[in-house]
Amino acid sequence: MRRPRLLYVPFWASYVFLYTPIIVLIVMSFNSGDSPYVFEGFSLDWYGRLVRNANIREGLVNTLIVAVGSTALATVLGTLLAVGLARHTRSRLLDALSVLPAILPDLVLGIGLLVFYAAVKMTLGLHSVLLAHTVFGMAFVTAVVRTRLTHADTSLEEASRDLGAPPLTTFLRITLPQLAPGILAGALLAFTLSIDEFVIAFFTSAPTTPTLPIVIYSMVRFGITPEVNALATVLLAVSFTAVIVTQRMTRLTESLS
Amino acid sequence: MKSSTTATGASATSRARRSHALGRLLFLGPGLLYLVAFVVVPLGLIVSYTVFRRGRFGGIVYEFTWENFARLDDSLYRDVVLGSLKLAAIATLIALLVGYPTAYLIAQLPKKWKTIALVVIVMPFWTNFLVRIYAWVVLLSGPGLVNSALLDLGLIDKPLELLYNQGTVVTGLVYSYLPLMILPLYAAIEKLDPQLREASANLGAGPVRTFFSVTLPLTLPGVLTGSLFVFVPSFGNFIIPELLGGGRSTMVGNVIRDQFLKARDWPFGATLTLALLVVLIVLLLAQAWSSRRA
Repeated sequence: MRRPRLLYVPFWASYVFLYTPIIVLIVMSFNSGDSPYVFEGFSLDWYGRLVRNANIREGLVNTLIVAVGSTALATVLGTLLAVGLARHTRSRLLDALSVLPAILPDLVLGIGLLVFYAAVKMTLGLHSVLLAHTVFGMAFVTAVVRTRLTHADTSLEEASRDLGAPPLTTFLRITLPQLAPGILAGALLAFTLSIDEFVIAFFTSAPTTPTLPIVIYSMVRFGITPEVNALATVLLAVSFTAVIVTQRMTRLTESLS
Repeated sequence: MKSSTTATGASATSRARRSHALGRLLFLGPGLLYLVAFVVVPLGLIVSYTVFRRGRFGGIVYEFTWENFARLDDSLYRDVVLGSLKLAAIATLIALLVGYPTAYLIAQLPKKWKTIALVVIVMPFWTNFLVRIYAWVVLLSGPGLVNSALLDLGLIDKPLELLYNQGTVVTGLVYSYLPLMILPLYAAIEKLDPQLREASANLGAGPVRTFFSVTLPLTLPGVLTGSLFVFVPSFGNFIIPELLGGGRSTMVGNVIRDQFLKARDWPFGATLTLALLVVLIVLLLAQAWSSRRA
């Protein structure tokens, strides 16, 4: 098929547009000067300061606690729900409810949870953020696992049921192993989203327990230093690696299954 | 097995039914309970707070009133909502104009390059949102790269004020959500049967006519999905207007945040949140309706 020449302009513009800010950020993180804007020379000073920054370390620990906890909870709840929706009901309303947290704007979900926590008189802290992140994590796990289930071969499950296995046995012995790659993909998605989540954490965390995105937000708002550039570069490296690994892994698991 | 008595057959059926009910409870119970507690109840609370009064020092006074809805008609808030709609719509349109040709070209690439091109498009999306917005502050600031490049080229004499206006907010919105536009467009264009375009060309239509009477109508669901994916998070955004708009171009998200955290007027904040939700629900329904027709 012929590719019109003119299309290359917006095509390359998209890539340049998406990557210019990121590249500038990475370059500036190696700046030897104090300005986050003007490059004066190469140094790793800002990375040293980053490692010694207690706020960032604390934020990172909080973020990881929330991400691990909410991913575990979201994966269990989401997987069960996906199986329930695919095999035990035909309700379109429940289907819609299960994806609602993924569609709702994070501002609405964050404010809804803030209002809910206040109504049940729950104090804010890491636990409230963890419970909040579980909501959208679960929606994504359910969606990913559900998609896999609709494409899965049901004959093995039927055979297990016909042979008299109770639902739990069928689930543990047949469905779960079949679903493993989907569950893993869903869990990774929930984990990544939780690490990056800002808006919901902003409304549901206590000032004493900020997650990393909240630490970044206050750093950006109150005086920018090249330290933020260094942190941003580290985060970019981590998420780029995660994307590439996930990409490789899903291709691997798909070829295995 | 056929020879087994009807009695055992009946008990097997009832056992199966019981275990089916048990399975339902086991699988659907925990997740639905969680969704009801953490999504349905919070949304219900937001909706119910819209008809109550605020307490003198924040909080809710359970006294029925329509006052909060009347305040929505205040020109200040009407302008904020309309302004947010406008900025989100412009961002969506730009993302569509840039995203469509990009998605179109990706769909024509050889298979191996297709995957790479898509991963590279999505990659920025997997990096911290604040970091990506912050990168624009670095790029566009007074002494930043764009200004110094323009100065060096002699195109300007003194740095331009590139940050903190509505244009910057739109740039930030397009930048953040462009991948969400390209992915559904790519999926729609990829599904298109190339024979249809060939047929159109054979029947004498030029490339422009083929595009507008074959390609575009057939990829319209993708266009609508992508537009929704950009519009929805743009409309309720409060970080981009704050970091790139400098508070000068406040969007509805900022006002909602301030009602809850600064003014502590929860009933009115809830009313604005409901207004935002209503706009989005109307759009979602319109999209669902048009994709069913397509």
